[in-house]
Amino acid sequence: MTARVGIVGVGHTRFGNSSEYDLADVMAYAATDALIDAGILEQRHEVDQVFVANMASGIFCHQTSVASSLVSRMDMEPVPAELIENGPASGASAVKVAYMAIASGMADVVLVVGGEIMRKLTGWEATDTVATMLHTEAEYNMGLTLPSFGGMFARLYMDKYGCTERDLALIAVKDHDNGALNQYAHVQGTCTIDAIHDNVTASVVNNYVAEPLRMYSTCPVTDGAAALVLVNMDSPKAALFKKKAVRIAGVGSATDTHCVHNRKDPLLLDAVRIAGEKAYKMAGIGPKDISFAELHDAFVILELAISEEVGFFDRGKSYLAVRKGETTIHGSLPINPSGGLKSKGHPVGATGVSQVVELVRQLRGEVEEGRQVRDPKYGMSVNFGGFGNNVVAIICAKD
Amino acid sequence: MAIDALELKLRPPELGLNPYPAKMITLASGEVMVVREAKREEVGVLLGTVFPLIGVPADYYDIVAARMYEELLGWYRYRTANEFVLVGAINGVIAGIVNSRSVDHKLGMSLHTLTIKRGLRVGAQLFAAKMENHIEYQGADEVHIVAESPNGWKRWMIEYELEDRSHLYPGVRHELGGVPTFTLTRKLWDAVKASKCTGTRPVPPEILATSKKLSMPTEYTQIPGFKR
Repeated sequence: MTARVGIVGVGHTRFGNSSEYDLADVMAYAATDALIDAGILEQRHEVDQVFVANMASGIFCHQTSVASSLVSRMDMEPVPAELIENGPASGASAVKVAYMAIASGMADVVLVVGGEIMRKLTGWEATDTVATMLHTEAEYNMGLTLPSFGGMFARLYMDKYGCTERDLALIAVKDHDNGALNQYAHVQGTCTIDAIHDNVTASVVNNYVAEPLRMYSTCPVTDGAAALVLVNMDSPKAALFKKKAVRIAGVGSATDTHCVHNRKDPLLLDAVRIAGEKAYKMAGIGPKDISFAELHDAFVILELAISEEVGFFDRGKSYLAVRKGETTIHGSLPINPSGGLKSKGHPVGATGVSQVVELVRQLRGEVEEGRQVRDPKYGMSVNFGGFGNNVVAIICAKD
Repeated sequence: MAIDALELKLRPPELGLNPYPAKMITLASGEVMVVREAKREEVGVLLGTVFPLIGVPADYYDIVAARMYEELLGWYRYRTANEFVLVGAINGVIAGIVNSRSVDHKLGMSLHTLTIKRGLRVGAQLFAAKMENHIEYQGADEVHIVAESPNGWKRWMIEYELEDRSHLYPGVRHELGGVPTFTLTRKLWDAVKASKCTGTRPVPPEILATSKKLSMPTEYTQIPGFKR
């Protein structure tokens, strides 16, 4: 029988601008936070394995081998450490690999740390760095970036389904309402639909980034780190921890074509759909069982598209749910109660881990007042890399 | 101050600047910021707002605040020619200050942009207002601009695609320290103003009244735990 894997410790830095700091130090803050939360900071050598999620520290920070560097910062030698790189889905991929390490019996306790320092570069340089994940000849060299893909995707979606820029702005308002209450969020401020869409000055206050996506349709460039302590719930080591484990009920991942133009329909995010289906199957549940979700809204249009691919809403209908307030914290299916990438921020290597931290905090009932989902049973995260070509979905359960 | 013969000799010649009409901008938070010319008698509240930031080295706030403090005094005491100061205020609380001066009718010399309330592009809006004043209201064809901070560089030199004119002024360049000088031309302004500059005029009297009496901010995100 496969071991049950649970999360017994979470850690998170305040996302924002940490560009004056060393990446390994920032990750060490989150890791220390997680070990304290798990109650094993002093016994940290009980950790069998460290996995570090990072996308591009070699470019962002001119710094490599951050996994072993982190272990040394934490005074955890000789615990083995490896780096997991899977674009902006690196974080959830690291959680998946940690799950596999425990389920296989190779480890009982695994520390997963995701981190990225992006703001040592300008926003333009950071955007260019992230764009290096695109196909070199067919996409990157043609001038494509992730925001440009997001813009084209949004235009196509809007034309096909009738979604409007105002609907996108409503997602931003919802995300910022949540992020304003999240102590870890990068942008802890609310915005109003009047200011970012309806008002005559909105077109400059909320300027275009990649039409029809505007500044408030797009995540900020963010630094930060998040960490998790995973344990074999059936191992004697499980007794070490002070908090009840939140069980990882399902993990699914999938890959789609590298080039978006090779897909039958660019609006179909097959890797998201397949990753979600795998996670549901493993958990033995379906979309209707999910109490809340953390979805990869690097561009708010993705919150809509992902929510449809994982079965929360019919295709082309999710924006109608947004209009009705169904995805707000008090709605029938809260989406991105953390503020999402839009408000909480998107330090690419950290994001997938951060999403799972939010699942755990929500399921424990530990989030800040005003953004606690009511009586959650299952939380789902979808971490999205490339323009949907590598996706990891994770479902956590409160048993 | 007695304006005697000596004081008159010390004062710079003035061009006589055109007034800048107040405008209002609804920020992303929904708060309404009134942007208007500061009056000379308001120098006290302006100095009091700027002063705490002189001790903040992060993002070059110290240099910008110290230099702006000096420039505000120069404006107040008639030691800087043709200077204007614009202030952004939310319910009367100062959210940002910009200042600049006209070298002559055709050339503006941008001095500083100081954002107090961050995260809402207050600085970007006030910088745009400063350029609007130079080109639309004072009639300048060009404005010389420098950046002291990386954020300033990202905002102005890159977003406005300013022209590097340093090679034209190898000896003097911008008045601020001889650092690389970039220039906003009328042509560049015309290309970007629709996307960079906003605001509605006239400001309704009840909104304008909120900024009639300026007050210093009680908190600065740049200075955790600040108490006045």
